[in-house]
Amino acid sequence: MGKFTPIIQVIPRVLPKVRDVTKHSMTRLSEKTLEQTGIFSRFLMDVADVSLFIGRLVREMFSGHFEWREFFQQCFQIGSKSLALISITGAIMGLVLTIQSRPVLVDFGAVSMLPGMVAVSLIREMGPVITALICAGKVGSGMGAELGSMKVTEQIEAMEVSSTNPMRFLVVTRFLAATLMIPLLVLYADLMGILGSWAGANIKGDVTFSLFFSQAFSSIAFIDFLPAVVKTFFFGAVIGLVGTYKGYNAGRGTESVGKAANSAVVLASLLVIVTDMIAVQITDMLMS
Amino acid sequence: MSTIQAEKIADPWPIINRSNEPVIEIMNLKKSFDMEPVLVDVSINLYNGENLVILGKSGSGKSVLIKCIVRLLNPDGGTIHVFGEEVGQLGNAGLSELRKKIGFLFQSGALYDSMTVRQNLEFPLRRIKKGLTEKEISEKVIEVLENVGLADALNKMPSQLSGGMRKRISLARTVVVDPMIMLYDEPTTGLDPVTSDEISELINDVQQKYKTSSIIITHDIECARATADRIIMLKDGEVYTEGTIEDFEKSTDPLIKSFFK
Ligand SMILES: Nc1ncnc2c1ncn2[C@@H]1O[C@H](COP(=O)(O)OP(=O)(O)OP(=O)(O)O)[C@@H](O)[C@H]1O
Ligand SMILES: [Mg+2]
Repeated sequence: MGKFTPIIQVIPRVLPKVRDVTKHSMTRLSEKTLEQTGIFSRFLMDVADVSLFIGRLVREMFSGHFEWREFFQQCFQIGSKSLALISITGAIMGLVLTIQSRPVLVDFGAVSMLPGMVAVSLIREMGPVITALICAGKVGSGMGAELGSMKVTEQIEAMEVSSTNPMRFLVVTRFLAATLMIPLLVLYADLMGILGSWAGANIKGDVTFSLFFSQAFSSIAFIDFLPAVVKTFFFGAVIGLVGTYKGYNAGRGTESVGKAANSAVVLASLLVIVTDMIAVQITDMLMS
Repeated sequence: MSTIQAEKIADPWPIINRSNEPVIEIMNLKKSFDMEPVLVDVSINLYNGENLVILGKSGSGKSVLIKCIVRLLNPDGGTIHVFGEEVGQLGNAGLSELRKKIGFLFQSGALYDSMTVRQNLEFPLRRIKKGLTEKEISEKVIEVLENVGLADALNKMPSQLSGGMRKRISLARTVVVDPMIMLYDEPTTGLDPVTSDEISELINDVQQKYKTSSIIITHDIECARATADRIIMLKDGEVYTEGTIEDFEKSTDPLIKSFFK
């Protein structure tokens, strides 16, 4: 018996240590797994949230009366706020594209193709994507910040108790306004781009506007034009959706307004690029 | 529930007729956020024509309580009846009808930043009192603005107003639709004593003029003194005590005394 006494005496001293160590490693383990499952479940919850939001958006769009006044006001806001920015970017886009491509075309003796080439790349890709990215910054962040601050300062709740459906009044109108206005802004940017390109062509050459214009448009088939226009509606929808979603679901507290605006820009820009990729793939499949 | 038992306060009811039907009847209301209980078990009645003041520490769930009444938040348990109708059972149309009868003054004022003062006041008028002519709308807006003493702010933006002016404009926006029940969330917080007194007076005016029943949430004892017919104190998500202003002032309970120092 005496042989065992030391062990028995040691047990009470060791046991707490063993317990501490296991507890410590257990919590570390569980923290890590929690973190991992946390990220995953948060992602799933986000997906569920967005789906619910889209569901509500669609339901409100087709039920009850439509807030025309707010819709037109939003269209005007989106158009007027981005017009100057889009004009400048569009024109510079066309100008730079022309100046850059000219030497290459000269080498191949194909300067006469310049207007057509610039027009095709503007209308098919540059115009839509660059305009959409600018609008993601301007319109998307604006919506995120506006709705976010309305949420934080209880304005959305105030609307709700004034028997106004904020989803219909704020979200549906802004979403549709973005979906409609961004394609128009893209068309406008295309036009400014061709103007800029004409200016660029005139730096080293001498073309009349009508000649340049007819050359540019003769090389654009309807088949170039249609998919480019269709995808801009999706760009608009993506920007409207992300902006309103981020703003409408802003957290509590002022810092969430900034977060909403910021994440609206990031996500909207990313989704514009992704949508563009998908659109190009689909067009490619349909054309071939 | 805390271990400190609130001393029993004398029956507050000579002031208000007990036979009076309650306009709001809250029973065993429960609400938690992320497992964190805010309201544990709250039962409160608001009787016709009375001003009921609710006191409680910051974070004790006062705003949550009145948001549950208009279902801006959905309670986890318990029932709320307003004018005999159970709020939780109402459909969209019913809820919208109910909200038209209730004025809600938000703690932050909640003025629409993108609209002028006039548009702010017109917004609920056009949506709740449908069928008014432009002239009637404009007259009504000017009338309530004069009542809060800010007729000259008509075409200003909320960002151009001071905090006190904003509070008064939001009060005007709440009463412009003649609600039958008013819910005031801290109407005087952050205002100087003079403006606070004016707001308290406005609250009493509204009660007398429009025969409203009101719940007034406040930390401001002066406001409670000026407006309260009855006071309820919340603590740890339950009703801690109930009584008249005199009962509260006489109380020896440490928590109550700390409010009425
Ligand atoms: N929408 C919400 N989501 C999560 N938690 C919330 C929400 N609303 C309130 N809470 C929490 O509920 C608790 C009570 O909030 P409430 O705003 O009702 O306090 P209060 O009594 O009005 O305080 P104060 O006097 O400071 O306004 C707080 O801890 C708050 O963080
Ligand atoms: Mg509050």
